[in-house]
Amino acid sequence: MDHSRYPDSYIHNILLRTKTIAMVGASANRVRPSYFVLKYMLAKGFNVIPVNPGLAGQHLLGQLVIGSLTDITEPVDMVDIFRNSEAADGITDQAIELKAATVWMQLGISNTDAAVRAETAGLDVVMNRCPKIEYARLSGEIAWAGVNSGKLSSQKPKLAGKGFQHLTLRPQRNRKNQG
Amino acid sequence: MSEDRIPGFDTLAVHAGAQPDPTTGARATPIYQTSSFVFDDADHAASLFGLEAFGNIYTRIGNPTCAVLEERVAALEGGTAALAVASGHAAQHLVFYTIMDPGDEFIAARQLYGGSINQFGQSFKKSDWNVVWADADNIESFEKAVTPRTKAIFVESIANPGGRVTDIAAISQVARRAGVPLIVDNTLASPYLCNPFEHGADIIVHSATKFLGGHGNSIGGVIVDGGTFNWSREGRYPMLSKPNESYGGLIFHETFGNFAFAIACRMVGLRDYGPALSPFNAFLILTGIETLPLRMQKHCENALAISEFLDAHDKVAWVNYAGLPGDRHHNLAEKYCPRGAGAVLTFGLKGGYEAGLQLVSNVYLFSLLANIGDTRSLILHPASTTHRQLTEQQRSAAGAGSDVVRLSVGIEDKEDLIADLEAALESLP
Ligand SMILES: Cc1ncc(COP(=O)(O)O)c(C=O)c1O
Repeated sequence: MDHSRYPDSYIHNILLRTKTIAMVGASANRVRPSYFVLKYMLAKGFNVIPVNPGLAGQHLLGQLVIGSLTDITEPVDMVDIFRNSEAADGITDQAIELKAATVWMQLGISNTDAAVRAETAGLDVVMNRCPKIEYARLSGEIAWAGVNSGKLSSQKPKLAGKGFQHLTLRPQRNRKNQG
Repeated sequence: MSEDRIPGFDTLAVHAGAQPDPTTGARATPIYQTSSFVFDDADHAASLFGLEAFGNIYTRIGNPTCAVLEERVAALEGGTAALAVASGHAAQHLVFYTIMDPGDEFIAARQLYGGSINQFGQSFKKSDWNVVWADADNIESFEKAVTPRTKAIFVESIANPGGRVTDIAAISQVARRAGVPLIVDNTLASPYLCNPFEHGADIIVHSATKFLGGHGNSIGGVIVDGGTFNWSREGRYPMLSKPNESYGGLIFHETFGNFAFAIACRMVGLRDYGPALSPFNAFLILTGIETLPLRMQKHCENALAISEFLDAHDKVAWVNYAGLPGDRHHNLAEKYCPRGAGAVLTFGLKGGYEAGLQLVSNVYLFSLLANIGDTRSLILHPASTTHRQLTEQQRSAAGAGSDVVRLSVGIEDKEDLIADLEAALESLP
C-alpha cells in the first residue's frame, strides 16, 4: 500500500466493514481529538472500546474503558492509535495478535516498520489520518465546513435518517420507497 | 467519478462541491436563504458548538450554499479547505486576524490594489499589525524586510492595476527561510490562469467579486488554505497552536490538521467579526465559476488584441500588459500564467492626467467604474479614483501614476471594443 495517498475505496471499505474499534489512548479531556473521534464514531454506529490504563474501569461516553488491548475479550475489527509513533510499534503487534483487520494511526502518527509487519500479517494499515475526518469526507458531511473532499459525484449524498444533518456511508435500505 | 481519474479544471469548475441536494434532489445548488438551522436535539447542538461534529448552526458561521462555493474554490486552487466571506477585504482581514498579534509585522508588495494599501497601511495599524513594504520586482527587498516579528508575506499574483506578474516561487523561498506563510491574492489571475500553491504559496485570498463571480453582480471573498504550513513548529501562531479559551481549550492545528487555518478563520474570526457571505451571493458566484474557463479564455484573447492596438497608437505613450511579448513581465507571465496574462491592463496617455480624465468620459461600450473582472469592459483613471487617497509616490509605486488608464477587458467582440477606444482616442487633442 502506498501510504502517502490512499484510494478513497480503500478507506471506504475499511470504514464500512468495521464494527468494533479499540481506541488506544482515548482521553477523558473533552477537547482532545481522541474524545472528538470517540464521540463521532459512536454517533455513526460503531462500537468503540476506549483503551487507557489510567482510566481503566471508568466510563467514557457510556463506554467501559479497558486498561490494555490484551484485556479485551470481544472481537476487535480495528485498532485506532492515539499514541506517538514509537508507541505504535508495540500496539501494532498487539493488534496483529488480536487478529484485528485494520491498524489505524491518527493524524501525525506513522510507523513504517510496524506497518510492514501488520501488512505481512494480512492487516490493512492507515497512517497519519483521522477516521472521523475520513468518514465525514467520504459521506459528504465535511463539505459543510468548506473542506475539499476531493470527491465529485452527481449522485445524492445518503441521509443517515437522523434528521438532515447526518450523512452516512451505509447503503440505503428503503431505496425503493425513496423514489 | 472513477477514483483513479484526476478531474480536469473545467470539470471541477462545474462539479466540485455540488452534489444533488440530499432531500429534494435539486441539481442546481439551492439557495439556503435561512439565518439558522434546527438541531436534532440538545446533544447535537452541543456537539456542533463544541466543534465535535460537522454541521450547520447559523449562517454567520456557515451555510450549505456558501459551503459549495468554498469547496469549489478549494478544489480549483488545489487547497485543503476554504472559507467564503462577504468581500475580498473581509478575507484579508480574517487571514491577518488569525495570523497576527499586536506588535507583529508582515511584509507586503507595494504593487497592490489601492484598497489593500489603505487596509494594511491605515486600518491594520489600529490593531498594531504593522506592514513593511517591499518591491515585487526586487526579491532582495523582501529578504531585507524580514525581522524577528515578521509573521507573513503578502503579494498579488498579477498586481492591480499595473498588470505586473509576481515571481511567486522566488518570494516563497524568502518566506520559507523566514519560517512564515506566503499569502497570495489570486484575484486578477483567477485559478484558471495561475496556481499559486504549485509555486509555494501557503494561503490564497480572492476578491470573488471579480473573475470568480465574473458578472459584476455580487461582492464576495474567499480564503483558501493550502494545508502546507506548519503552524505549530515554533509556537509563533498561537491562534492555531495554543489552546483556544472560547472552545474550552481546543487546539485548532492538532484537531483539524492540514485544514486548521480555514477552520480557525471561520470558527474564531468569522464568528467574532461577522463578515458572512449572503447565500444568494454565494449562488451567483458559484454560477459564475461554472463558466470561468470559457470567460478567462475570451478575456485574455480580447486583452491581448486591445493591448496590441494601444501599443501601436500614436497617442499612447506605453502599455503595461504582461501578455505582450516585449513587456518586462512577459517571461514571468509565461511561467506563472501560461494560458494568458489576464484581462487587466494599464496604459499611459501622452496627454497625461487631463487626457486620462477626458478619455474615460468619451467611451460608450467601456463603463467608467471602479471594478474589474466583469463580462462588460470597464475603464478607470486610478489616480483620480481608486488610488486617490495615496500619495503621489505611493501611486506611481503601485503603477497608478497620473497618466495611467486601467482597463478590465470584457468578453464582448474585440472589434467593437477597439472601435470604442479608437473613437475616444481620436477625440483627444
Ligand atoms: C486584487 C484585489 N484584491 C482585493 C480586492 C478587494 O476585494 P473586495 O472589493 O471584494 O473587498 C480587490 C478589489 O478591487 C482587488 O482588485
